Amino acid sequence: MAQLLFFYLAGVIVLTAILVVGLRNPIYSVLSLLIMFFHVAGLYVSLHAEFLAAVQIIVYAGAILVLYLFVVMLLNVKREDRYHYQFPIGALLGVAILTEAVVLAIQRGYSEDVVPSPPTSELSFTGNTEAIGESLFTTYLLPFEIASLILLVAMIGAIILAKKDILTR
Amino acid sequence: MFEVGVKIAVSLTQISIVMGVVLLTVMFLTLAERKVIGWMQDRMGPMEVGPYGILQPIADGLKLFFKEDIIPSGANKYLFTLAPIIALVAALVGFAVIPFGPNMRVDVFGVQVQPFVISDINIGILYILAFTSIGAYGIILGGWASNSKYSLLGGLRAAAQLISYELNVGLAIVGVLLLAGSLSLVKITEDQCCWIWNWFWLAVPRGGGVPIPQILAFVVFVISAVAETNRLPFDLPEAESELVAGFFTEYSGMRFAFFFLAEYANMILVSCIAAALFLGGWNAPAPFLQFHGSLEHLAWLSGIMWFAVKVYFFLFLFFWIRATLPRLRYDQLMRFGWKVMLPIALGNIVVTAIAAYFFPR
Repeated sequence: MAQLLFFYLAGVIVLTAILVVGLRNPIYSVLSLLIMFFHVAGLYVSLHAEFLAAVQIIVYAGAILVLYLFVVMLLNVKREDRYHYQFPIGALLGVAILTEAVVLAIQRGYSEDVVPSPPTSELSFTGNTEAIGESLFTTYLLPFEIASLILLVAMIGAIILAKKDILTR
Repeated sequence: MFEVGVKIAVSLTQISIVMGVVLLTVMFLTLAERKVIGWMQDRMGPMEVGPYGILQPIADGLKLFFKEDIIPSGANKYLFTLAPIIALVAALVGFAVIPFGPNMRVDVFGVQVQPFVISDINIGILYILAFTSIGAYGIILGGWASNSKYSLLGGLRAAAQLISYELNVGLAIVGVLLLAGSLSLVKITEDQCCWIWNWFWLAVPRGGGVPIPQILAFVVFVISAVAETNRLPFDLPEAESELVAGFFTEYSGMRFAFFFLAEYANMILVSCIAAALFLGGWNAPAPFLQFHGSLEHLAWLSGIMWFAVKVYFFLFLFFWIRATLPRLRYDQLMRFGWKVMLPIALGNIVVTAIAAYFFPR
């Protein structure tokens, strides 16, 4: 049952991910990305990471993708053919990465355990929201703060780029 | 196998009851809104269909049902059909985690069920936030797929507005989450037990102690909720004096009815969240106002009644605001969201976090 669920989710993720770059209409690309985000969230739920699943939908599907859609609609591009000329390069890179994945899979050998079993440590008893908070603010405090600093820099950078005149004034 | 069957049957019953009540409330709200605003403006509201116009919702429903379903030429047929469905589904699934009554367990054929909440998941409030943000897609896609300038402008406005105010809703509830220490709506409601000052808008700890009032967060939440449901004075996506009807200009018949239902279902949903988070959910203002003593076994009934009273208070507030305030200009709306509401919500989080650290509950 768990394997069936995993293969369904993984299959849809791969399919919609291909559709995102393959479809000609950018609105449809955005929508298939939306379906992909939902299935990634489903994958998190099947791993008992409900908090991550909810955050995945709130942040990616609810905010970032809405902004994508906003931009796509504002530009009003019915068809975007420009990027489809990159197909040969994309195919080359894709084949290289696929070969790598296959080689790695053969080296690792076949494993019965496709779906990683949920963690059985004491973390699973306290609830995964608490567990994430606990590890973010103790073990991974420095990476967490660095990540937020990088985001802040990106935000200020975007404002500076958009409002060049505030420096000259 | 039998247990699974019972669980599914119980869940389906709960879902159909909740959906039935929500849709009935929507019917009632369409009439109540016109009546209340009529009275506030010294009119009578609908009076023709039935005594005092009480059958008006049924007449409206029949009219919408029999109206011709038009898809404008040049519209994207699939997305035009999909958009109202996304909007309605996103508005309705949120009710799955709302606790309508006391947290009790009832034994049904050997299976423990919680009768007054469909699903008590441990990330309840995040689940609601996730799906209300999905509702934005219905509006944006509906606006885009209609192939009309008014609809597109309405959709774009909706996108910007929903993102700005969703943020404020999310930040406003963080204070409550800090105090309750849980994301489950059932646990948050239980934490506000007993007296009116134990509810999280004043947040006096149950055994006495330092109160950490969330009244600012409450105000931010209510204002942002009005903006998120596209109601006056924040109904820029459908401002009729500028955009005809905004994102649903081109919709008619059942598809229009879906958008309409979604808007009202969203109103009920945010009212339920506000009642559960800030006004104690099904808790009575004082313990003696709950059924007690010989009526102890009926305490759930008074719990549901108190919840309904609070929800209807918020719904009335929606009408009241609509009848009172003029519509904001678009730049005012954005400035208000980012420069007034956001700093208040962030400041509330900082103060609450510091207070909750020094005075743990």
